[in-house]
Amino acid sequence: MSTSASTSTSTTTSTTTTATTTATAPLDTEARDTPRSRRRGLSPGRRLPATRLIGPALLLALWAAASAAGQLDPGAIPAPWTVVRTAGHLWSAGTLPTDILTSLERAAYGFAIGLTAGVVLALASGLSRVGEALIDGTVNLNRAIPTLGLIPLFILWLGIGEAFKIAIIAIVVYIPIYLNTHAALSGIDSRFVELAEVQGLSRLQFVRKIVVPGALPGFFVGLRLGVTGSWLGLVVLEQINATSGLGYMMFQAQNYGQSDVILVGLLVYGVFGLISDSVVRLIERRVLSWRRTLSS
Amino acid sequence: MAPHTEQLTRPAVQLRSLTRSFEDRTVLDGIDLDIPAGQFVALLGHSGSGKSTLLRAIAGLDHNVAGSGHLTAPERVSVVFQDSRLLPWRRVLDNVLLGTDGQDKGRAALAEVGLKGRERAWPSELSGGEAQRAALARSLVREPELLLADEPFGALDALTRIRMHGLLRQLWQRHQPSVLLVTHDVDEAIVLADRVLVLDSGRIGVDLTIDRPHPRSYRDPLLGEYREQLLAALGVVEDPA
Repeated sequence: MSTSASTSTSTTTSTTTTATTTATAPLDTEARDTPRSRRRGLSPGRRLPATRLIGPALLLALWAAASAAGQLDPGAIPAPWTVVRTAGHLWSAGTLPTDILTSLERAAYGFAIGLTAGVVLALASGLSRVGEALIDGTVNLNRAIPTLGLIPLFILWLGIGEAFKIAIIAIVVYIPIYLNTHAALSGIDSRFVELAEVQGLSRLQFVRKIVVPGALPGFFVGLRLGVTGSWLGLVVLEQINATSGLGYMMFQAQNYGQSDVILVGLLVYGVFGLISDSVVRLIERRVLSWRRTLSS
Repeated sequence: MAPHTEQLTRPAVQLRSLTRSFEDRTVLDGIDLDIPAGQFVALLGHSGSGKSTLLRAIAGLDHNVAGSGHLTAPERVSVVFQDSRLLPWRRVLDNVLLGTDGQDKGRAALAEVGLKGRERAWPSELSGGEAQRAALARSLVREPELLLADEPFGALDALTRIRMHGLLRQLWQRHQPSVLLVTHDVDEAIVLADRVLVLDSGRIGVDLTIDRPHPRSYRDPLLGEYREQLLAALGVVEDPA
């Protein structure tokens, strides 16, 4: 306690000294730094609000400027306002909401299944040697096979309806979630395992209080990759025997040469991708508030 | 405050020809040791002399280590490690209560180590000394009969270490656990412990009772004699110049 008292006194003294210097020489602020300049910080600095939107906004401005200047072929890349107008038409005609809903539903089902599978498999393989022997190699084999290459097989097995689309999305989602969660689980510091033994934790308590929270950072990395993956898979899948959905809308537009509709589709994908990623980041920051890293 | 009177009761720790070896290297070579209940023992030795192996054996942490011999230790054993080993994702109070419950007990333990008001802090917000205090609180809250400490102050700066010495001694007097303090610091051992052991090639080479009242000063000339004796046992010759 005595040290903390002495630190506080020393701080007060230093503040008083600074105060006197500033009082006597108010213009001297820069000079005060010269005898021993501060080290350059290696952390990227404080986070500014909504900075992540600057890049996309700049890109949009460039696009609008080029269109207005007549530098872009409107048949290939229509102006932003054309895209917005088309989106308005499609929305009021009722096709865009239906397509979005269908796509959202597919992505959500596939994502939910993939998330559950990824977490359950990672826990089973990370917490038991038998589980690891059975699961880890199998998942890595699955990872080595391009998921989109499984489409023909899945159509044969599950029919050409919704089931195979959801199954493919689930696979795209579960792999990064499994890999990152499993890596985080096996990377738990052995010193914490020792601590759990010393503190007499039961196996369940050990999992709940040490393993799961310790693996959360890795899980969130996987989750973000999975969320993006579910949207990526969708574009390809909706080319195949779909009658609605954003991908379907875009490929129809390709047949009729409607580049503005294609851009509407891409825009919606982009917006949803960005929103879902931001939601995951937000949850991540809430849950991992104990972490002090570069990003905080 | 006379731990020696309790020597008549059953010893807290009893080792009989305890042997531990890693592959073909024998680290502990038939150790016989009794630690009476409530005694404060310091264990000295070179690095690699088996201090930590002995402590881990008593703590029951040496899975997959080959060995033989007889070992009894009390039921409630706490361990303080060199690093505070606080879980970064649990607040200080939750760290203290890891494996037990009782908010009030945890708060009391934190107050006892001088961390009142830091219950809700994250471990990353604590200084090294504060983190080690929290680790002490975590070991106290379980009301241990035996406190094992593996170089608990090794990573602290000299000033913090001196204050921690006072704190540990205070806590020991209040709770009266047996203490086995592993350290490489001869002064730390002499100032804190009532009995100092030197581990040498897997055996206890020196078993010294330090019969000086507490609180002890580093400048106590009588402690200097103990110091020389222990340094000689450790094979350190002080340069007179």
